[in-house]
Amino acid sequence: MATQSSSGSPPEPIPGTTLFDGEAARRGYALNAMCYSFNSKENRDSFVADEGSYMSRFNLAPEQREAVARRDVLGMIAAGGNIYYLAKLAGIFGLSVQDIGAMQTGKTVEEFKQFLLDQADEA
Amino acid sequence: MAEIVGAYFTSHVPAIGGAIHRGDQQTPYWKPFFDGFPKVHEWLAKVKPDVAVVFSNDHGLNFFLDKMPTFAVGAAAEYRNADEGWGLPLYKPFKGHAELSWHIIEQLVDGEFDVTICQEMLVDHAISIPFELAYPEAKEWPVKLVPIGINTVQHPLPSAKRCLALGRAVHKALEGWQGDDRIVVIGTGGLSHQLDGKRAGFMNPDYDRFCLDNLASNPDALTQNSIHEIVQLAGTQGVEVLNWIAARGALGPSALEIHRNYHIPISNTAAATLLLEPA
Repeated sequence: MATQSSSGSPPEPIPGTTLFDGEAARRGYALNAMCYSFNSKENRDSFVADEGSYMSRFNLAPEQREAVARRDVLGMIAAGGNIYYLAKLAGIFGLSVQDIGAMQTGKTVEEFKQFLLDQADEA
Repeated sequence: MAEIVGAYFTSHVPAIGGAIHRGDQQTPYWKPFFDGFPKVHEWLAKVKPDVAVVFSNDHGLNFFLDKMPTFAVGAAAEYRNADEGWGLPLYKPFKGHAELSWHIIEQLVDGEFDVTICQEMLVDHAISIPFELAYPEAKEWPVKLVPIGINTVQHPLPSAKRCLALGRAVHKALEGWQGDDRIVVIGTGGLSHQLDGKRAGFMNPDYDRFCLDNLASNPDALTQNSIHEIVQLAGTQGVEVLNWIAARGALGPSALEIHRNYHIPISNTAAATLLLEPA
């Protein structure tokens, strides 16, 4: 008897959403490893002092380096970044989760905050 | 004989820790969330737990992608918080209950839940914030900790059905525990939220209400959705509801809701607080 998972077609992609699956985890390993290293203040300071050489130390792929240099969160996710680890990098840049939300959705920070508040009215 | 006094569930958004640190509990933004807690304080003072079995997910403090256990049980004498990358003040340490941890581990593996055993485990805001909310005046935590980690980071995640079954296996272990502990079960995280992608900021009050309405009386209803469907309904980080589902299983077969608070938004999250008692 075939199981559901092997007989069913893959689920429909969820718009605007990336599941951090094995493929993403493999592609994003270097970027996420660098972000995980930022649990140490010494490492955060080293990154701030010289972003380029710090990224080299972790062997970031070119598209990962470019996304970091551009502060491009969607680009980091496309390059395999996981938000739980990227949040540590965002902290170095002084970005809150509302700032990151605004960057990803093309809203201003005020618009994004209002978007969050407006959902209370629908609750 | 040990007694399971009930279950406490709440969100663990890092910003809550900031609000506590600044004393913002009564500001207009935070008050509707913190208003959910006097009832929690009264309840804890009444039922007086001395050990907490806590289901939560690590956020890149203790676990990285090099080794990512699906289910991990702490078996340490002490658990500490550490810098989570933002250089924030550290949360208070926890005393462990290693004997109970090992009992749970033995019973789980005997029941074919092959968990990862952790004699050292850093604990992050996902455990500390619910305790800060529950015991705001505590100089040290009045309960010992048994942490159970569920992978909500690296897909494939365990199914909701499997998480409920894990919780039920923990319940069975607690029922067989010969200590005289008073045990509170805790589930942290959620409810609906999504931090990443073009859908960032997504919340879903309808799905959250479905979860809250069914958690006490019919938790199996929450297992009918696949992980993919839960991500669709609750957001990429809304899958933290898995911690709630497992904790509900650990509470026992039947439960009664005694308190609920739901508020949108806390940071990017639909925040909820819930108390259940065994029925």
